[in-house]
Amino acid sequence: MLGFVLRRLGFAVVTLLAVLTLVFFVIRILPGDPTVVILGDQASAQSIALLRERMGLDQPIALQYLQFLGGALRGDWGTSLVSGRPVIQEVLNVLPHTLELTAVALVLGVVLGLPAGVWAAVNRNRIPDYVTRVVSLLGLSAPAFVSGIVLLLVFAIVLRWFPVISGGQGTTPLERLRDLALPALNLALIMAAYVTRVTRSSMLEVLSQDYVRTAMAKGASGFAIVWRHALRNCLIPVVTVVGLYLGILIGNSVLTEIVFNRPGLGKLIVGALNQRDYTMLQGMMVIYTLIVVLVNLATDLVYGLIDPRVQYK
Amino acid sequence: MSKTDTAAAPRPRNEFLLLAGNALRFTGKALTSNPTTLVGAIIFVAIVVLAILAPYISPYDPVAQRITIRLQGPSWEHWLGTDYYGRDILSRLLHGARYSLVIGILSITLAVILGSLIGLIAGYFGGRIDIVIMQVMDVVLAFPALILGIILVAVLGASVTNIIIAIAFTAVPAFARIARAPVMTLREREFVQAGYALGFSDLRIMFRHILPNIVPEIIVMASLWMATAVRTEASLAFIGLGIAPPTPTWGGMVREGFENILDSYSVALFPSLAVLVLVLALNLIGDGLRDAIDPKVGTNS
Repeated sequence: MLGFVLRRLGFAVVTLLAVLTLVFFVIRILPGDPTVVILGDQASAQSIALLRERMGLDQPIALQYLQFLGGALRGDWGTSLVSGRPVIQEVLNVLPHTLELTAVALVLGVVLGLPAGVWAAVNRNRIPDYVTRVVSLLGLSAPAFVSGIVLLLVFAIVLRWFPVISGGQGTTPLERLRDLALPALNLALIMAAYVTRVTRSSMLEVLSQDYVRTAMAKGASGFAIVWRHALRNCLIPVVTVVGLYLGILIGNSVLTEIVFNRPGLGKLIVGALNQRDYTMLQGMMVIYTLIVVLVNLATDLVYGLIDPRVQYK
Repeated sequence: MSKTDTAAAPRPRNEFLLLAGNALRFTGKALTSNPTTLVGAIIFVAIVVLAILAPYISPYDPVAQRITIRLQGPSWEHWLGTDYYGRDILSRLLHGARYSLVIGILSITLAVILGSLIGLIAGYFGGRIDIVIMQVMDVVLAFPALILGIILVAVLGASVTNIIIAIAFTAVPAFARIARAPVMTLREREFVQAGYALGFSDLRIMFRHILPNIVPEIIVMASLWMATAVRTEASLAFIGLGIAPPTPTWGGMVREGFENILDSYSVALFPSLAVLVLVLALNLIGDGLRDAIDPKVGTNS
């Protein structure tokens, strides 16, 4: 077990280093001198030289690389070219909003998707099955901005139940919940689509097992068989999908934050893109890499914990 | 799958014909045996035909601006209404389909070629080559397609070619994985061992004897990943990393329409639905094809 954890940890560190290296060199080979991009075409040679020195661009590339790595690991990701504040601070300011959104969406998605999948499986090839299959296929086909716009049109613009701009600045718990509701529901519906599909097929597989027949033979009720015996055994593939989906969830949160105009990493990266804020972009790449690596690590470990049969090889 | 190595029919001499024949036979079987695939295929073909005919059937010039009639709802003159610049939304949708399809098809073709080659090499040679290649693939695969797409397009710049390259890059590891697994088991099969015994070259065994056997898996993955590619392209355009306006792309149209969503819902809604329908059609095809190659799932449904 310890070996397994250490190996996964090792892989995570290697991934992180590989991506950081890639980010460093990619930013360097970008067409155009970053100092010219920052100062504009009209800048004097003197001010460009001054900025190059301040940014450390006059150092040898190997030294720059080591300083970049050291800085990234210490949490010194440079200062934003637009706001002048440290990148790490800007990221940490909005990170809670994104984490709140994805965490709520994750829980809500499982709460909606798991029963739907079980419902479809026990009614195989009957109307509930067809309905859930069509709806879940729709859910996993919809780009997050499409479902977001439909939700926004229906619930915020036509029905006026929710604010058009979610803001995320609500002070009372009720206001915060109202701000969170639509964006979280948007992400959760797509999440639920994945969970429903995998629960259905996993449940179908489990229901065909011998011990389910035994349970039926001893006279256990259908309810007890499904919810007590079968559900626990069909959870392993579900956990895998939830883990895999966490990455996609982070991607979709970018689109969701834009549609609902909610502060978070998504709004930050789009702002950085529009304003050509290279240090901010570099920092965003680091934070996304960090999140993806941590999520994958956690999924691997949880998977190992849930299924004792997993060989830690 | 074992059909290809035991088929009594005369075999085409040309490797490419062999592959194409395999792909056609498999797709034909899947289409006739599975109604969802058929529905998906009909929708997909319809979109392709509309996209090809776009210049002839579009009622208006997709980039012609008429400020006097901007942000109108659906009417007899403009079936789906007009956008902020008074451009006809239906005409823009028809032309936009071309970009979604071309980017989706080309990026996945590129990913299929590169990915299956990489997987074939990793699985065939095994050992250290395999470990290194698959580790690299795992690192790339760890990233959600959208995040990777944002990073790559932000770095490369948003042009049709760069968007195709970026989306292809996100899908390569998936095809490498799907190609590698069957190659590893096929390598041990008798007909491949017989090839070794006869002194065939590695290249001949890989392309002539192993590749045709993994074609069905690759087709399934290709249709599912093309759905992802279309979605990623639209999402990138929505974020602002798409082909520059006034070129009509679905994602770009949603982006423009979204800015005026309080005045007119149709500019944002119709291209959104178009993306949804195309992605849904591709997923229907992919789902049906997957059922067709997996005997277990096939009997379930």
